[in-house]
Amino acid sequence: MKFLRNTLDKVKHDFEKGGKWERYYYVFEALDTFAFVPKTTTGVKGAQIRDAVDMKRLMMTVILAMIPCLLFGIYNVGHQHFLAIGQAAGFGEKIWVGIVQVIPIIIVSYATGLTVEFIFATFRRHPVNEGFLVTGMLIPLVMPPDIPLWQVAIATIFAVVIGKEAFGGTGMNVVNIALTARAFLYFAYPVNIAGEVWTFIPEGAKTVEGYSGATPLAIAAETLTSGQNAVEAFSAFGTGWADNMYTFWNMFMGFMPGSIGETSTLMCLIGAFILIATGVGSWKIIVSVFAGAYGMGLFLNLVGSNPFTLMPAHYHLVVGGLAFGAVFMATDPVTAAQTETGKWFYGFLIGIFTVLVRVFNPAYPEGIMLAILLMNVFAPLIDYFVVSANKKRRLKRATI
Amino acid sequence: MWEKILILPRFLIDRRRTMGKFIRLKKGFDINLAGKAALKIAPTDQPETYAIKPSDFHGIYMPKMLVAEGDAVKAGSPLFHDKKNDNIVFTSPVSGEVIEIKRGEKRKLLEVKILADKTIEYQSFTKYSVSEIVNLGRDKAQEQLLASGAWLNLVQRPFGIVADPAERPKSIFISGFDSHPLAPDYSFIYKGQDHFFQVGVDILKKFTTGQVHLNVHSSKEISTAFSQVKGIELNKFSGPHPSGCVGVQIHHLDPIGKSDAVWTISPYGVIQIGKLFINGIYDASRIVAVAGSEVKDPQYYKTFTGGSVKKFLQNNLKQEHVRIISGNVLTGTRISPEDHLGFYDQLVSVIPEGDHHEFLGWITPSTSKLSFSRAWGLLSFLNYKKEYVLDSNTKGEPRAFVQTGVFEKVTPIDILPTHLLKAIIAEDYDDMEALGIYEVIEEDLALCEFVDVSKHEVQDILREGIDLMMKS
Repeated sequence: MKFLRNTLDKVKHDFEKGGKWERYYYVFEALDTFAFVPKTTTGVKGAQIRDAVDMKRLMMTVILAMIPCLLFGIYNVGHQHFLAIGQAAGFGEKIWVGIVQVIPIIIVSYATGLTVEFIFATFRRHPVNEGFLVTGMLIPLVMPPDIPLWQVAIATIFAVVIGKEAFGGTGMNVVNIALTARAFLYFAYPVNIAGEVWTFIPEGAKTVEGYSGATPLAIAAETLTSGQNAVEAFSAFGTGWADNMYTFWNMFMGFMPGSIGETSTLMCLIGAFILIATGVGSWKIIVSVFAGAYGMGLFLNLVGSNPFTLMPAHYHLVVGGLAFGAVFMATDPVTAAQTETGKWFYGFLIGIFTVLVRVFNPAYPEGIMLAILLMNVFAPLIDYFVVSANKKRRLKRATI
Repeated sequence: MWEKILILPRFLIDRRRTMGKFIRLKKGFDINLAGKAALKIAPTDQPETYAIKPSDFHGIYMPKMLVAEGDAVKAGSPLFHDKKNDNIVFTSPVSGEVIEIKRGEKRKLLEVKILADKTIEYQSFTKYSVSEIVNLGRDKAQEQLLASGAWLNLVQRPFGIVADPAERPKSIFISGFDSHPLAPDYSFIYKGQDHFFQVGVDILKKFTTGQVHLNVHSSKEISTAFSQVKGIELNKFSGPHPSGCVGVQIHHLDPIGKSDAVWTISPYGVIQIGKLFINGIYDASRIVAVAGSEVKDPQYYKTFTGGSVKKFLQNNLKQEHVRIISGNVLTGTRISPEDHLGFYDQLVSVIPEGDHHEFLGWITPSTSKLSFSRAWGLLSFLNYKKEYVLDSNTKGEPRAFVQTGVFEKVTPIDILPTHLLKAIIAEDYDDMEALGIYEVIEEDLALCEFVDVSKHEVQDILREGIDLMMKS
């Protein structure tokens, strides 16, 4: 490592002020600090020691929490693929299909995103922020497995430029960047990210007889017109080629079509456990999103009249991307509510809106994305009320 | 009521101790560092030089020299005073010769250095007996405090400035324990000072319309000076640092509003005031702890206010590449081995200097790195009882504010630190006021600076905000 350090030290002055590559200083800084924790020391007055935690380690923890979802997603992509074409396949074959589909998406996401980050860091003269390490992994996990790679690239560029850099970089963005990427694709290229796109079926491949790529949310939305009981519609699905695919426990485990990383509630809960145990993600947000969705589901069960509103509330927690959104998207510390009290409201409202969008807007069955984006926008308002309450309380206390 | 019925003498009523409150704090963090001072006093020569630095005091307009280089001074004779408020006098801690008046840019006064005599001669002030002190008027007491320089022990909130002699504080606070890392043990350094402490409290009571609060920790040994003293409200606190910060204590007992003033004073200051009135001298002798992982023999030393640290560290360091701090590792000031103690400091901390790179240091798991966080690879949470060796490395680069909720977990007061800091950066005066800038000074939010993921200089930001408020 001495050699690497010496090399970096040798070229460092070229990047510093007055050096020949001065304008690329932040590119160099990013690579340098990635390899080595810098030797900067604390100031003359104030805290002379600092906590060992830094932004890189924090982001690394979030990436680790996403690994179970990623690994399961890779397997599930293969699993769904072979179910759809009606072939039996071993574990290894399923994994291989998954790897071939998923890894390129991850590479494209990181490559384009980091390129944009470095370009902005160079021109705007600010350090490269670690936030994209997480965003770059989140984007692939919310994509369908056979999304065209050029769309991933465009969505990533859009999200980083418009969603983040336009506002001043990490820490300043208003809405979640990965969700911006997905929302962009949804509205720009709906053909590739809505409908029956959630299973990887190569062009020209023959699907098994009776095949349908409908997701649980699509089936539930259909019951609005067919009038069929939602749970019955679930259990009727896949007869002959994928029996019992949409039972509650199978959906909880995640063996169903969907975005790469979002199908398994169990894996999301493992991620949630990591985030909460390490203190990196807010347990208040995670718990309140689930509570809001479940509460709203129960309420609709009581007052509802159509089959979708009567779908048992606990099904809302395992279908679609609710769990993934609650654990990895809603907890984004930059775009979530920043006050501890505000987090409860923020999460609860996300849960409520998710179910509302699902049930009352059949044209767009997945509600979590829009609910989080909406609440991202309203998070500062929630904080405003909480902070105002704090100010009032302080004023009252001091004047007594 | 019953006092009136029994017609007790007035001073007896005053000296009754009222039952205080018990405040349980949960939030905060105790940083357990290696190299705590052993409870013994090292036999050593007195340091030769002493220095008084105007930068140790806030709220001073401009110091104006009253002595010149080469002048002889006694302990308690004036060195300089504040140009705007000339009854605030800064006096010499020892007798000797003024050897240097150090000035910086634009002739700003940096320090006044004194070469001490072998035996200290004292400027004499009026002596009082205990019964005289009971009847002593506030104005007379104030005059003596100001003239001797003992006044500087009184720090006024909001803003942590030298107390304004014209102010009538609504209460006076004494923190009876220091919860900072490596802090000196009060029951050790104030041993045998019970009488002076009592007299100091009696003097202080003349200055406030309300209570004198003395706050102790429920699970730390309480000095007899504190447990025996009368005429105060004795409150108990529990919980980790910053429970010992007097700002936190004020917040829970007698919060400061816009037009309020509260004074704070350390037990050292109270004892010094006691000695001033009983013995008629400005006694600046103090016991300081010299501690930290890089000190060979961490223990206590006798010196005077502003003493040079040179003698304490000679042949007493494990290595050369160290950071010497006047004060504690959370709020202290980096000094050179030739430098002097800060006016309010009773601790010299020595830790390793951290100017080294660490390969992949942001990802490797470690049990030796202390962290409040439990993020990936930071395993110190498994054993916070262990004594840690921490260096001065920032352990990461400055980043934008990312609200991880960690500030709130180390701030046991009803204040939103992130919002307050953002209001300061935005120079939003109304918000600063509404979010509680009157209630905090640097030490109260020092832990935020330690735990900050984005590596902000929280204390500097806060002081900037305070300066803005004072000018407005």
